[in-house]
Amino acid sequence: MTLAKPAAGQSGTAPLPSAPGPKRNKIKTGEGRLAFMLVAPTVALLGLIVGYPIIKAVYQSFLSDTRTIDPETGQFGEAGAWAGLTNYKQWLLQQCPTPTGRTVRCPTGTLGSQFWDSVTVTVGFTVVTVLLETVIGMIFALMMNRAFRGRALVRAAILIPWAIPTAVTAKLWQVVFDPQGILNKMLGTNFAWTSEVWPARTAIVIADVWKTTPFIALLILAGLQGISADIYESAKVDGANAWQRFVKITLPLVKPALAVAVIFRTLDVLRMYDLPQILTGGANGTTTMSILVVDQLNSGLNSASALSTITFLFIFAIALGMVRLFNANIVGTPGKGGK
Amino acid sequence: MTAVAHGSTAVDTPTQHPPAPKKRFNRGNIGTMAVIALIIFWCLAPFYWMLVLAFRENAFTFETTPWFTHVTLENFRYAFDTTDNAFGRSLLNSLLIGSVVTFMAMVVGVFAGYAMARLSFRGKGAVLAAILGASMFPGVAILTPLFQLFADWGWLGTYQALILPQISFSLPLAVYTLTSFFSDMPWELEQAARVDGATPGQAFRLVIFPLAAPALFTTAILVFLASWNEYLLSSVLSNGVASVEPSTVALALFTAGPHVVPYTQTMAAGVVVTVPLVIVVLLFQRRIVSGLTAGGVKG
Repeated sequence: MTLAKPAAGQSGTAPLPSAPGPKRNKIKTGEGRLAFMLVAPTVALLGLIVGYPIIKAVYQSFLSDTRTIDPETGQFGEAGAWAGLTNYKQWLLQQCPTPTGRTVRCPTGTLGSQFWDSVTVTVGFTVVTVLLETVIGMIFALMMNRAFRGRALVRAAILIPWAIPTAVTAKLWQVVFDPQGILNKMLGTNFAWTSEVWPARTAIVIADVWKTTPFIALLILAGLQGISADIYESAKVDGANAWQRFVKITLPLVKPALAVAVIFRTLDVLRMYDLPQILTGGANGTTTMSILVVDQLNSGLNSASALSTITFLFIFAIALGMVRLFNANIVGTPGKGGK
Repeated sequence: MTAVAHGSTAVDTPTQHPPAPKKRFNRGNIGTMAVIALIIFWCLAPFYWMLVLAFRENAFTFETTPWFTHVTLENFRYAFDTTDNAFGRSLLNSLLIGSVVTFMAMVVGVFAGYAMARLSFRGKGAVLAAILGASMFPGVAILTPLFQLFADWGWLGTYQALILPQISFSLPLAVYTLTSFFSDMPWELEQAARVDGATPGQAFRLVIFPLAAPALFTTAILVFLASWNEYLLSSVLSNGVASVEPSTVALALFTAGPHVVPYTQTMAAGVVVTVPLVIVVLLFQRRIVSGLTAGGVKG
């Protein structure tokens, strides 16, 4: 039997008795009960303010907002009576209930007639902004990853749009996009940025990209900094050009970070409310699903509940799909074996 | 590159490789610098324009001179006016709401974060899924029932109606960030301190707390920023009661008297809302970036 020499780099000190692994440092006694006590307040608060309202909203979405005449007895029913899928029909099929208990196609101008438009607008914003933010964020991150003097300055600069509250961002761009504002003067154009459909949509995309690209850039940068320079060196030696190095090394290695950033941002834009609400008031083809829910609050809580339930399910489905698609390990908890 | 170290007094041996052409190095550098300059301009120009307009007389709103002209402090009088229901009041509201939300979310979140990071228990996966699910949640999905619930309790337009939902909504962020920080902490030091004869209290006070303090501080900043940013819930649940509105809501409804397009006043208000955040972010940028990228992305 040969005595193995201690491996190089091992510290000379004797390990502590039952030295725990660096990542799995567990307490053994009464763990379950202690954990329960520690987690209970969080679970209770989430249950009270998120869980319970959700269940309530789902239940209410099947109730009627209006008093309808029962076709059998000719009596007016109560508002809040069981209405089955009426509210869902109002949104998904754009069929509005009439006082006589039948449904008609929602007249133009009613909120019911705007549902599919709002879905299209929301999805459109999501695809365009997330795509732009990912590409621009990648460029930011690659630039910042190069060692140069003043990296701290760039990081400070890109953190500023991120730090500005969205409401301020919306107001700020409103001023920039004013027909007489600086942007038209600089471009020599005469766009009515916030009162025509496509300019208004463009304005929202620009403002959103400006504000949130830094977030994506920082997440990607964190991923980039985990890649060792040696890999690039050996790829260079093997004759890979810059593009090949980017596609074959950078992208695959930064993919986990990128996936997290893209998923978080997608879910954020899908529920976007404040930016379009303040910048354009949701007018001119910029009504997102969230804006539609808030508009509906004043004209019937039960159908607003149906709409918010649809919105929630829609976002949840997309979230699930994306997590599957990227096979992302969003949950980076240690001790779960995930990497 | 030559292998001869700079400033070495080695005998001049003829190097094997010719020195790398300087031109290529420079061109790459200049290209990078140009892109960097562009990035900085893109990020800062709108912010700079907001500053310029905030100090400009309202009559000259649409003048495009890109530096400070027609300077006045008049706009800030509106922004800091703390009389009834004026904008300054909303700043105080934001500060109050943000502080309470941050404190509560931290107190509750620290316990959960510790448990998630260090203990194994049944249902941990479910708790984590619930926390993540809540963080992806569209605020509008709970707005309707909350609106109704608070209307029944007579809470609409009160501080508690704005604070309570925000605590819940910031918990996922707090727990998630803290979990990720706590799992990277060298807990074996606690054990080592105990072996060296420290009491559990001492081990916590002298070893763990100093290590955890930066993580707690970073998380608190992130939660506070999120609260300061919040608009959707506040705008609906404040229900038009100006005396409890936070600054984001007040800014969206900003008016400065009749027949004035209050752009310069609005920009001044925007500057007042933003500058404290920018200072905090710049002071603690390293921490904030580490907090933002904690969890999910193991850098």
